[in-house]
Amino acid sequence: MFYGTDLTSRLMLGTAQYPSPKILRDAIDASGTQVITVSLRREGAGGGDFRQFVNASGCRILPNTAGCHTARDAITTAHMAREMFDTKWIKLEVIGHADTLQPDPFALLEAARILCADGFQVFPYTTEDLILGEKLLEAGCEVLMPWGAPIGSGQGLNNIDGLRRMRAHFPDIPLVIDAGIGAPSQAAQAMELGFDAVLLNTAVARATDPVEMARAFGLAVAAGKLAAGAGLMPRRDMAQASTPIFGTPIFETAEVI
Amino acid sequence: MISVLGSGVAGLCAATSLHEAGFDVQVIAPPDAPVAASSYAGGMLAPFCEGESAPQVIVQRGQLAVHWWSQRVRGVETRGTLVLAAARDQSELTRFSRATQAHDSVIPGDLEPDLQGRFARGLFFRAEAHMDPRDAMAQLRSQLIANGVPFHNDGATGQIVDCRGLAARDQLHDLRPVRGEMLEVIAPDVTLTRTIRLLHPRFPCYIVPRAKGRYMIGATMVESGDARGITARAIMELLSAAYTVHPGFAEAEVIATGAGLRPAFPDNIPALRHDGDRIHLNGLYRHGFLMAPSLADDLVQLLQKGPAYAH
Repeated sequence: MFYGTDLTSRLMLGTAQYPSPKILRDAIDASGTQVITVSLRREGAGGGDFRQFVNASGCRILPNTAGCHTARDAITTAHMAREMFDTKWIKLEVIGHADTLQPDPFALLEAARILCADGFQVFPYTTEDLILGEKLLEAGCEVLMPWGAPIGSGQGLNNIDGLRRMRAHFPDIPLVIDAGIGAPSQAAQAMELGFDAVLLNTAVARATDPVEMARAFGLAVAAGKLAAGAGLMPRRDMAQASTPIFGTPIFETAEVI
Repeated sequence: MISVLGSGVAGLCAATSLHEAGFDVQVIAPPDAPVAASSYAGGMLAPFCEGESAPQVIVQRGQLAVHWWSQRVRGVETRGTLVLAAARDQSELTRFSRATQAHDSVIPGDLEPDLQGRFARGLFFRAEAHMDPRDAMAQLRSQLIANGVPFHNDGATGQIVDCRGLAARDQLHDLRPVRGEMLEVIAPDVTLTRTIRLLHPRFPCYIVPRAKGRYMIGATMVESGDARGITARAIMELLSAAYTVHPGFAEAEVIATGAGLRPAFPDNIPALRHDGDRIHLNGLYRHGFLMAPSLADDLVQLLQKGPAYAH
């Protein structure tokens, strides 16, 4: 549940960088997503046509504060978003460095406190840091969105151990992998690790065929979620024959059951 | 009589092709009409590069443009496009080469000596060209006038061909604005003879050489109908990208900046559309100089079959 909203599709799609709004719409349909994020820092009040277009997709809109570098910037943008899209949801992104696009944890927390107190339902774009995660929850966030890898890098899950720890540390908090996903296999992996959803943009928007790539991601996220629910087999160091080994009366190998 | 509304690149190409096909044409362009988006264009005739994000129809039909313009205006430079990326953005170059056709892998310094040692690898699209868009439009306009095609402030009669760009939104409800910002500099320390595209995941830019040491640097793409002048952010992004291509741009004189609203349909593909007995030629998006000639051809063929209301 994401602030009381249940989602059948666990893929969330960004709406930037598509070759055309038409292709964006087709990609949304092909992916099966129910949540799309929309930026408005740069488009501002003049972006009405595009907003109308994404509104017509029927998806739930998660406005974002992409491009904001200070808490104050992000807060202003969040207020603008609430008015424009008539939603309390806000994907809170406060960028710490223009080049690496990593989140600024201090400004993020400050903005999260103010926005939560103001009635926003905040989806903070954060790192896998556990203490920061706890502070964000204290601030009133009910969802956390740790990065997989730097925005737009397509590197997948850079710190799998850290992400596993985060999943284990916050077993009941919806966790969404946000940013850095380049391939459907990586999205499936995130779901297999037990994350609740995956948010991505570039990997679909800039694919040679964004619509087919959106479909692929939709399937991968669904597959990963099914797999996580079905109980993945644990890894083993040794091979294990799945049928008894015939005519081999020697049972000294410890691994044979 | 055919009345072409609008004197941007769409209107001028339509009027030119119609006149050449023997139609009786007039151009209606009121003096208070908004500045045509095409006057801020880069003037690149780059169908293959556009294929990176544009559908195949643009690549195919855009190939007519170099010939069309070369036949009609002076100053079409068929020197190709050189596509570059900074060392750490090499994956952008790989992506671009996969998404496009008709290019060769080159060492940029071999083609443009000013880039010697700055870029290890580039893509060269040799069949592409560039020109000065305002100069090309001025030439078409004076040729039309010289050939007896009148330009009037009002008085549209007969078959209407509506080429008003974004001003036609009152009739084309799915037309939307896509803001673009550009600047023009004089850079005495820079010598580049062909269009340069610098790939970057967030701030791509192109540099188009113009006469007398001038360069056009463009262009942003923002989903916005904001019509104010260029923003500080766009200036910073475009100039730092240009500086990455050649440090000589740091000493350039900025002689003009501009911001315009490109008219675009939801699929970003320029098109002819019927609306009653009116024909719209619109939605040129970022493909005005590339696609207007081809749409003007379609328009001629359509009207040769009879008046629009017959369709």
